Amino acid sequence: MTLAVQFTDVSRVFGDVRAVDRVSIDIQDGEFFSMLGPSGSGKTTCLRLIAGFEHPSAGSIRIHGVEAVGLAPYQRDVNTVFQDYALFPHMNVRDNVAYGLKVKGVGKSERLNRAEEALGMVALAGYGDRKPAQLSGGQRQRVALARALVNRPRVLLLDEPLGALDLKLREQMQGELKKLQRQLGITFIFVTHDQTEALSMSDRVAVFNKGRIEQVDTPRNLYMKPATPFVAEFVGTSNVLRGEIAQRLTGSAQPFSIRPEHIQFAEGAASSEHVELSGVLHDIQYQGAATRFELKLDNGENLSISQANSQWETQAQPLTLGQQVTARWPREAMVTLHDNAATEAR
Amino acid sequence: MQISTPIAVAEQRQGVMNRLSSLLYRKPNLYLSMLLIPPLVWFGAIYLGSLLNLLWQGVYTFDDFSMTVLPELTTANFTALFQPANFDIIVRTVSMAIAVSIGSALIAFPIAYYMARYTTGKTKAFFYIAVMMPMWASYIVKAYAWTLLLAKGGVAQWFVEHMGLTPLLQFILGIPGVGGSTLSTSHLGRFFVFIYIWLPFMILPIQAALERLPPSLLQASSDLGARPWQTFVQVILPLSIPGIAAGSIFTFSLTLGDFIVPQLIGPPGYFIGSMVYAQQGAIGNMPMAAAFTLVPIVLIAIYLSVVKRLGAFDAL
Repeated sequence: MTLAVQFTDVSRVFGDVRAVDRVSIDIQDGEFFSMLGPSGSGKTTCLRLIAGFEHPSAGSIRIHGVEAVGLAPYQRDVNTVFQDYALFPHMNVRDNVAYGLKVKGVGKSERLNRAEEALGMVALAGYGDRKPAQLSGGQRQRVALARALVNRPRVLLLDEPLGALDLKLREQMQGELKKLQRQLGITFIFVTHDQTEALSMSDRVAVFNKGRIEQVDTPRNLYMKPATPFVAEFVGTSNVLRGEIAQRLTGSAQPFSIRPEHIQFAEGAASSEHVELSGVLHDIQYQGAATRFELKLDNGENLSISQANSQWETQAQPLTLGQQVTARWPREAMVTLHDNAATEAR
Repeated sequence: MQISTPIAVAEQRQGVMNRLSSLLYRKPNLYLSMLLIPPLVWFGAIYLGSLLNLLWQGVYTFDDFSMTVLPELTTANFTALFQPANFDIIVRTVSMAIAVSIGSALIAFPIAYYMARYTTGKTKAFFYIAVMMPMWASYIVKAYAWTLLLAKGGVAQWFVEHMGLTPLLQFILGIPGVGGSTLSTSHLGRFFVFIYIWLPFMILPIQAALERLPPSLLQASSDLGARPWQTFVQVILPLSIPGIAAGSIFTFSLTLGDFIVPQLIGPPGYFIGSMVYAQQGAIGNMPMAAAFTLVPIVLIAIYLSVVKRLGAFDAL
């Protein structure tokens, strides 16, 4: 498989801020690749570097094997779906979608046919004569998608495209985007700060923090085997325990992560496959599918425990605040983390 | 039980103001009309009322013999606008106004574009001041200054001579309808001065329109494969047309109404503005002056409807 996009030691410096700091990524052709991170972590800058709106301060970016540094956006075979959609307000929907074909000199009848076809692909057939201002947020989003896809790019860049939509619509669009990507076989590079979105849609996810990549992996590995404390806490929720507790439980001072849903309340005697910690229950949050318990450990640290409500509600004695409880989890559920030295140093 | 007493006392104390403010809160239209009626009365009486009154004068009769206005209604003043002598004035003024608007737009656009897209902070403030400062200086002084600058032996001529372009200037001044004996008595000179004076009115609206253009639109255009000139023609220009239209309304109407520049610079012959001035000032023919006043109003109305039909305001 060829690489769709390859970053080699790419940095982008704004003044004295290193927005992107020596990032190297290989994105496979046909992959749904997400860049996940908090705001200001460098993920959007990376996307803009691929699109050509930004130029790297150092390093090399190859798109399908061709060095892209120095190429203008209009010379690159990639298209972008913008966060604010960036639809042209003075053109109707059809002309917006046909724009890329028009500027490339595609004849009028062909480009209008292809625009209509692209609108059909995003379930907006018949909306061609409307102006963007007459559409809802979700519809504008689809127009932006059709406008990018009509050019049949080899790489589609999506900059938090679902950010402005409400939850139901967002979930629906997630499914549709994933389906489109499978149908078309185009490489999708998707920027988001929403970890559930990244996990549910992607083949692989790169987690960004402070301009650097913490981990690139499949959603499952990212969740089950986070490499660093940042990934453990940013992707899902996690208890990251370090220092003396880590030493006692694992025999090593390396921090480790334990997911709240892997922890049980101890009943009966502990076996050698399990470890236990005791503490005082200081918060209980009912969350629908699960209930979240917050435990204050003996050394003052916090431990979150999540119990699926099917289990919790059948429990013989309901737990109450202030109660002393013992938490127990299997040794194999603990994941040893490595502090990302470079990130921590800055 | 008298538990509610403290509250009741407080209510009584603040009673009038409280009741008034909650009344205004409950009836937002009353609130709005209280705020709006005084300025609307002022606007209606002082602006529209006096304008209509002025136009009404246009149907009165001016007695040439006694040089007085008689309250006898007639349409003669308006038909007189189409007499060759008067119609020439209208054509001369309108063609100058059109030329000035186009010329200003061509010069203003690059400046406005630079201001909107490439300047920030102090540089932007510098440009704002640089554009507006000439407007703070006295209009009359500037117009007089230009007569000297453009006069025979003036700075402009001196400069042209030193550039070795005198034959070119002579050629341009020789073109009928453009030239004249010197720059200061040519249509070209008058055109320059009008552009000089009205340019800020063109720059600022265009700059405002370009400022509103989200950068993501330009990036989207480039992303979709448009070269810079295509982005300019397809996206930047159409979206800046409301600004150009607003600016041209200023330059067009200000040129139509001006009566000082045509007197000081350029060949002899009335403009609408100087004709109105002459009719009501020197001659005292108020009805004819009023009839001439109607011309710019009608022309601007026509201009606006044409511009609107072209879709200039669709993107607003």
